[in-house]
Amino acid sequence: MNETEIQTAVTPAEGPIIEVNSMHKWYGDFHVLSDINLKVKLKERIVICGPSGSGKSTLIRCINRLEEHQRGQIIVNGTELTNDIKNIEKVRTEVGMVFQHFNLFPHLTILDNLTLGPIWVRKTPKKEAEETAMMYLEKVHIAEQAQKFPGQLSGGQQQRVAIARSLCMKPKVMLFDEPTSALDPEMIKEVLDVMIDLAEEGMTMLVVTHEMGFAKSVADRVMFMDAGQIVEQNSPHDFFDNPQNERTKLFLSQIL
Amino acid sequence: MSAPATTPTREYLKPPVTEVGVIGWLHANLFNSWFNSILTIVMLLVLWQLVPPFFSWAFIDSVWNSPAEACRDIDGACWSVIPQNISFIVFGFFPDGQQWRPGIAMLLLIALVIYSKDRKHWKKSLGVYWLVGLIVMGTLMYGGVFGMPVVETDQWSGLPLTFMLALFGMVAAYPLGVMLALGRRSKMPAIKTLCVIYIEMIRGVPLISLLFMSSVMFPLFLPEGVTIDKVLRAQVAIIMFTAAYIAEVVRGGLQAMPRGQFEAADSLGLNYNQTMRLIILPQALKIVIPPSLGILLSAFKDTSLVVIIALYDVLKTTKVTLSNPKWTGYSTEAYIALAIFYFICCYAMSSYSRKLEKALHTGR
Repeated sequence: MNETEIQTAVTPAEGPIIEVNSMHKWYGDFHVLSDINLKVKLKERIVICGPSGSGKSTLIRCINRLEEHQRGQIIVNGTELTNDIKNIEKVRTEVGMVFQHFNLFPHLTILDNLTLGPIWVRKTPKKEAEETAMMYLEKVHIAEQAQKFPGQLSGGQQQRVAIARSLCMKPKVMLFDEPTSALDPEMIKEVLDVMIDLAEEGMTMLVVTHEMGFAKSVADRVMFMDAGQIVEQNSPHDFFDNPQNERTKLFLSQIL
Repeated sequence: MSAPATTPTREYLKPPVTEVGVIGWLHANLFNSWFNSILTIVMLLVLWQLVPPFFSWAFIDSVWNSPAEACRDIDGACWSVIPQNISFIVFGFFPDGQQWRPGIAMLLLIALVIYSKDRKHWKKSLGVYWLVGLIVMGTLMYGGVFGMPVVETDQWSGLPLTFMLALFGMVAAYPLGVMLALGRRSKMPAIKTLCVIYIEMIRGVPLISLLFMSSVMFPLFLPEGVTIDKVLRAQVAIIMFTAAYIAEVVRGGLQAMPRGQFEAADSLGLNYNQTMRLIILPQALKIVIPPSLGILLSAFKDTSLVVIIALYDVLKTTKVTLSNPKWTGYSTEAYIALAIFYFICCYAMSSYSRKLEKALHTGR
């Protein structure tokens, strides 16, 4: 199918919000992602787990074009990701990302961190952007820190601000790249609670994480990746209680 | 009944003299080991030899504002070389009756600079003030209107020339340097190559040769009769030179930026210009304030090199004053005074930069 056919065949309302077809990626000579096929429906919550180097972070970073794929197609919200910068920016407006190391902007206040995207990308007027920002800050239970700078907050608080920052862009999909891996156990809970709230409100989420408790309670699908391939994917119940693949069994025995 | 208990009296002794107070400090810092003690004594001897004679030469036996003949009769410093020749040192060849014009222009420039120091004033109105100020300064210096006779640019000399070359040099070189740094990091091969060639060629030659080229070589390429103003040529050479150094320093700052900042900006959907302007450059430029200041200080002092193309900055006017037979032989005093002038200007820039760094240290 050529590009125009794809764009008319998949409409955001009915078809999958993210479609990855036979995607391959190389870092130089190293074949990091191999024949990835994935369809994500609206409001679906997918947890991706696997050992280090399996390509899980690379996969989700391909979805908002932080990494480029060399073969295959990635279609997000009806737009195919190619080298066309306009398509890339269109996709990035609809896809929010939360990073392992928060990546807040240290020279701006928390409020400015949140309003930056809406004001400059969506051209929202400043007052409206600030109201939305305060609303999301209250949602992640951190409204009182609005005038502080990221360096003055703890890790868990910074990650919640990062989540609120992505939400201010009102994305259709949220990508989470090991959001709690850099946090200590108490802070992990406060961030996971926010993510669970988000999931229960119907946000489409792709989460790369080692937090299996989160997967069991909230995920629609759990995907196991190893060596650049999707080895197994299933509903949480079937995935954890009845793993099919030997590699999955080995991984689960070590992590649970 | 027992006797009421009495607290035994004790003696409250004074601490040993060598451990506290001034003597204690001396003991701990200057005389705390044999080597240090000997070093202290040697330094005291050296200072004893140097300081009192210098002090009596500079302050006690000196004259401050007398005609040249009086200077020959004294042993001390002849500081009068400066006040007696002040109008030439400061204004150079600017016609005598018109020297109020560069005087006011300079005061206006200094006033604008002081006004711009305060970050609360960094609004659009600042740009307007500068534009108006520049027009007024240009009119005052050049003349031709309101009955002021025209003074060509090759007569602009002394302090106004130094300040002008330095200030406009710094202000124009900085944005140019930033653009070169961004261009050098660009993925587009043509832009990257051009920027690399520019930076490496300019850095490969001394400023004096650039000034020389601008003054001697450049007019050869122009059509017959067309000349570009000499001061303008010197100004462009200084701007181009400083920009190349600023570019490399800024590039270092850009390299120090964590990749996560670029990725966060990308994931929000910001385009290249927005990412650079809002996220990356504010942080990168803040990091490289110390080396940038060093380059700007050099640019300020390098204005003295324009002597090579027969422009008379404040260093050259001082030198010319000394070539007057009346005042030859007092070069020490003249150059000490000049050094103090440069030091005051450079120190003002340094201390402003320190305050700026402190003010920008928000939250980090």
